[in-house]
Amino acid sequence: MSLDQPHVDTSPKVSDEVRKTTCYMCACRCGINVHMKDGKVAYIEGNKDHPVNQGVLCAKGSAGIMQHNAPSRLQAPLKRVGPRGSGKFEEISWDEALDIAVGLLKPIREKNPEKLAFFTGRDQSQSFTGLWAQSYGTPNFAAHGGFCSVNMAAAGIYTMGGAFWEFGQPDWDLTKMVMIFGVAEDHDSNPIKIGIGKAKKNGAKVVGVNPIRTGYNAVADDWVGITPGTDGLFILSMIHCLMKAGKIDLDYLARFTNASVLINEDPKSEQRGLFLRDADGQPQVIDRRTGKLAPWNGAGVEPDLAGTHRAKGVTHRSVFHSMAERYMSDEYAPENVAEKCGLTPARIRQMAAELARVAFDEAIELDREWADFRGVTHSKMVGRPVSFHAMRGISAHSNGFQTCRALHTLQIILGTVETPGGMRFKPPYPKPATAHPKPHCKVTPGEALDGPHLGYTQGPEDLCINDDGSPIRIDKAYSWENPMSAHGLMHMVISNAHAGVPYKIDTLFMYMANMSWNSSMNTSGVMNMLTDTDEDGNYVIPNIIYSDAYSSEMVAYADLVLPDTTYLERHDCISLLDRPICEADGVADAIRWPVVEPDRDVRGFQSVLCDLGGRLGMPGFVNEDGSTKYKDYADYITNHIRRPGVGPLAGFRGNGDDHGRGEVNPNQIDRYIENGGFWIEHVPDDCAYFKPFNAAYQDWAVKMGFYDVVQPYIFQLYVEPMRKFQLASEGIGTRQPPDHLRDRIKETMDPLPIWYAPFEDSHVDPDEFPIHALTQRPMAMYHSWGTQNAWLRQIHGHNPLYLPTKVWEANGFEEGDWAKVSSAHGFIVVPVAHQASLNENTVWTWNAIGKRKGAWALEEDASETTKGFLLNHLIHELLPPKGDGLRWANSDPITGQAAWFDLRVKIEKTDQANHCLPAVPAIKSPVPKGPKELKWKVGE
Amino acid sequence: MTTLPPPSAKKLGLVIDLDTCVGCHACVVSCKGWNTENYGAPLSDQNAYSAAGQGTFLNRVHSYEVQPDQGAAQLIHFPKSCLHCEDAPCVTVCPTGASYKRQEDGIVLVNEQDCIGCGLCAWACPYGARELDAAECVMKKCTLCVDRIYNENLPEEDRQPACVRTCPAGARHFGDLGDPDSDVSQLVAERGGFDLMPEQGTKPVNKYLPPRPKDVEPEIDILAPYLEPVAQDAKGLMGWLDKALTAMPGGSK
Repeated sequence: MSLDQPHVDTSPKVSDEVRKTTCYMCACRCGINVHMKDGKVAYIEGNKDHPVNQGVLCAKGSAGIMQHNAPSRLQAPLKRVGPRGSGKFEEISWDEALDIAVGLLKPIREKNPEKLAFFTGRDQSQSFTGLWAQSYGTPNFAAHGGFCSVNMAAAGIYTMGGAFWEFGQPDWDLTKMVMIFGVAEDHDSNPIKIGIGKAKKNGAKVVGVNPIRTGYNAVADDWVGITPGTDGLFILSMIHCLMKAGKIDLDYLARFTNASVLINEDPKSEQRGLFLRDADGQPQVIDRRTGKLAPWNGAGVEPDLAGTHRAKGVTHRSVFHSMAERYMSDEYAPENVAEKCGLTPARIRQMAAELARVAFDEAIELDREWADFRGVTHSKMVGRPVSFHAMRGISAHSNGFQTCRALHTLQIILGTVETPGGMRFKPPYPKPATAHPKPHCKVTPGEALDGPHLGYTQGPEDLCINDDGSPIRIDKAYSWENPMSAHGLMHMVISNAHAGVPYKIDTLFMYMANMSWNSSMNTSGVMNMLTDTDEDGNYVIPNIIYSDAYSSEMVAYADLVLPDTTYLERHDCISLLDRPICEADGVADAIRWPVVEPDRDVRGFQSVLCDLGGRLGMPGFVNEDGSTKYKDYADYITNHIRRPGVGPLAGFRGNGDDHGRGEVNPNQIDRYIENGGFWIEHVPDDCAYFKPFNAAYQDWAVKMGFYDVVQPYIFQLYVEPMRKFQLASEGIGTRQPPDHLRDRIKETMDPLPIWYAPFEDSHVDPDEFPIHALTQRPMAMYHSWGTQNAWLRQIHGHNPLYLPTKVWEANGFEEGDWAKVSSAHGFIVVPVAHQASLNENTVWTWNAIGKRKGAWALEEDASETTKGFLLNHLIHELLPPKGDGLRWANSDPITGQAAWFDLRVKIEKTDQANHCLPAVPAIKSPVPKGPKELKWKVGE
Repeated sequence: MTTLPPPSAKKLGLVIDLDTCVGCHACVVSCKGWNTENYGAPLSDQNAYSAAGQGTFLNRVHSYEVQPDQGAAQLIHFPKSCLHCEDAPCVTVCPTGASYKRQEDGIVLVNEQDCIGCGLCAWACPYGARELDAAECVMKKCTLCVDRIYNENLPEEDRQPACVRTCPAGARHFGDLGDPDSDVSQLVAERGGFDLMPEQGTKPVNKYLPPRPKDVEPEIDILAPYLEPVAQDAKGLMGWLDKALTAMPGGSK
């Protein structure tokens, strides 16, 4: 080697120490190695041992260092000194802040606990914040699921005991065809990317069903560029084709689903459409061994898919009969749906045929014996290697719940759920709706609520309504307007509280939810509601407490700001009691711990709640002598007992060797830190598939503490609780819906999946507003979860509206042009760009790139404020009036999920603009602005 | 002007799979993080929190739309960094010798102490793979993480470029493209890996793997049998079901 080549040190010291914790740059919750130099964060990479990301890390995760050093971090508690919304605050001490909070919260708790609305946004500690709200005694608690993906979660739980992401995933190792519906570029982040990479390496086919061909849909081998809101119709048409061809898994349907369960078909009976049950209340099937009635779960019973039974003059037929009648109908023939879906009949047939080919011709058999809950032993595990994944794209429509149900029905008739190569649940799921709590709402001043707020209604008797039918909750969750609103309706809280319907509140207490910006429909309207005053000059929403780590748009609207820490400065637990991070092969949970201490006067929000719970004397948060029970969140994580032997963390319990169940271990958090920040236990091989029906899995689940008794179940293709709400709408039962809702309940709460057009289609003129408008989250940015990040904003610092060729050419757009985009509710002016790989009637943009001037410590000329925008301004929380004297919510009628993606717009070219409209006035920043230039190197 | 060393036997480089790259920018930011903290001057950012932020990156992902003659338009994600060319014009153009190609493994580096920030190398690079850091006024480029791949302070499994270690979809591969038996060479052979802009004569070491054909419509008669009707309506289906159930194990009632 010649000497004129410079010397390079190829083995520099990498760091002083690696601290392993959990990422919080999105909801994926990957394991990260935080490299420290001189006590400072020097570099972040993925943790190779971690079950979620297996060492890889996305752009957001690697940019965590810029989140941690962000200038937008709040510095100290803030008290509002200017008008609400002005951003004028003074810094105060924590003592003063907590005194103010107690001064507001204590009298409410003593007199009218429901006057506190406590909503915790994108909280990952809902099992804790929910407990706090329950102990406080208000019925008004939920997190952000109502404006996110409750349709997906609830449809999955009601149908099969779990949905996607945290509940289940494709069997990436064995699948031969993966079909993804409405999956934008997140949820969950790295596991999907790892999975798609693996599927492609194995030669599996990837099909993307999405109006937009970017990200995962760009690498899909086949792209179905469907019209928004019609996925359900496409799916039901494929079900039509598959049933007509007999390409359905009869054995699986008979044994493991309620397709065999008998339904009362007497049109005069008050039981019509309900299951035939025995004296013990068990649904009945015909046992093929005897031809006689038997309970679905009887030992050795062979349920007859085609069973019928006539007793006392009443005919009962199996659910499968109803399915055949519904889905064999020409209504769902490809020729009759293709145009609405923006597809051709041949394309629908092709997809159905490919599913059939892979499911049945390429079936997998694993030589693993297993026994089902009826005591029947199966010598093999047979799999149908087609798998599905879906997310918000199909969920955030007013027909989203039924569309998600349709997708699960497709999975189930093909025999692909919990079978090799199909979809696999992640412990502690599967868990049927009946194993979840029901909603609770009984308020007693000065005392705790009668149980957990959120749960799964099984019929009208479980609704949260008063005797007169009016909603008990401020968000109207579990009312006749949306009887199965399993995650609450955070997006309706501010507008309901402002309207005083169903009642006025005193204090709005929120965490990590940017409600005055990208987390609300009708953003400008919400800003007005938050600042509106009554005739006496008092704010209509009297008090607002808000906690956030950063200077978000919402901070300006708080009277009291409780500054949170960054994710590297805090304790957290990613708990099995909450939204777990397990994988199909393992049960896992994890922690965050302060890898650096805050350099500001800030406190972890959950620790503040422990403190407030003590000051308010709330049960579970004080000791017998009235002293505060938990000194901080870490203390709660270690010492809280939810059920005997079960706490927030399942690993290293007792003396450190107990897993799942065990006594409190005072050193538990240290053990997690030693183990890389997480704990995992592998699912035994004989438990790996068929989990809802697998006796060995059920025993293991009880041992691990997922539940206390074995609870095998079958998939609910027919959701009987939905039929109960329908029956009420037909006049049966003592709890009756208001008349104006009867028809809608009858039409939409069908116990077998249906499709109906998105509601906006019938409230606005589709000819005037012919274009569908959507948003997606980019893979390299996560709305206002954290702050605007110095590195990531160079990738997504502004957002054009992407237009398909048809719209581009029809309006004569050219590069650099701007457009006026109008909906029935309002208009925006935005930059446009051309994209050919797009459904021809759909436009879209990135979600939440646009920022308000003065927020996030950005300078007022930041591109996010000039060429960044929100579609939210075009979407109202209520649909336009249609002359019936009512204003219908822009939500799914079953769950209340915000129907963001029903939006219809029209587009016109506008004269040269250089700034997005509306131009919302600047707010005064409560933190200093960031530096002009960054040279971020912490080591020598 | 600077001379290139004789071609090395070992040619370290990247193989990037355009079939699998989902365009997530994980490699972009992981690279930024490692190389800000490590080799040479930090990768600075101008207008970090104002206007349109602009900083130095050694690796960027571009997206291109492709309109095939038949069928729907496609979107290809295209990550781009220095390709460590065998005939690297950025080296031969360098007036100070700062830009050089390593004799032992072919990695192209910039010796920042000798770099005068003239920008000739960036101008000479046909791929636009070099960026002049605005704060330090030195030329920055992909080092193939020369301070990781041999680093004895890292566990052996981590001795690969940051972008490869972090890529969630497994679309990036690192190895010796001079060794025909290496995993990366095998991958290039199997998948028809190609040179970027071969007409430039730069002989890039990095290779790209092409996307698999998309939206291939199978012939109808291949798939038709899968949807051959067994029944036309519900009654027919139940009749078929009766026979099908009888044929199932334990089916004879």
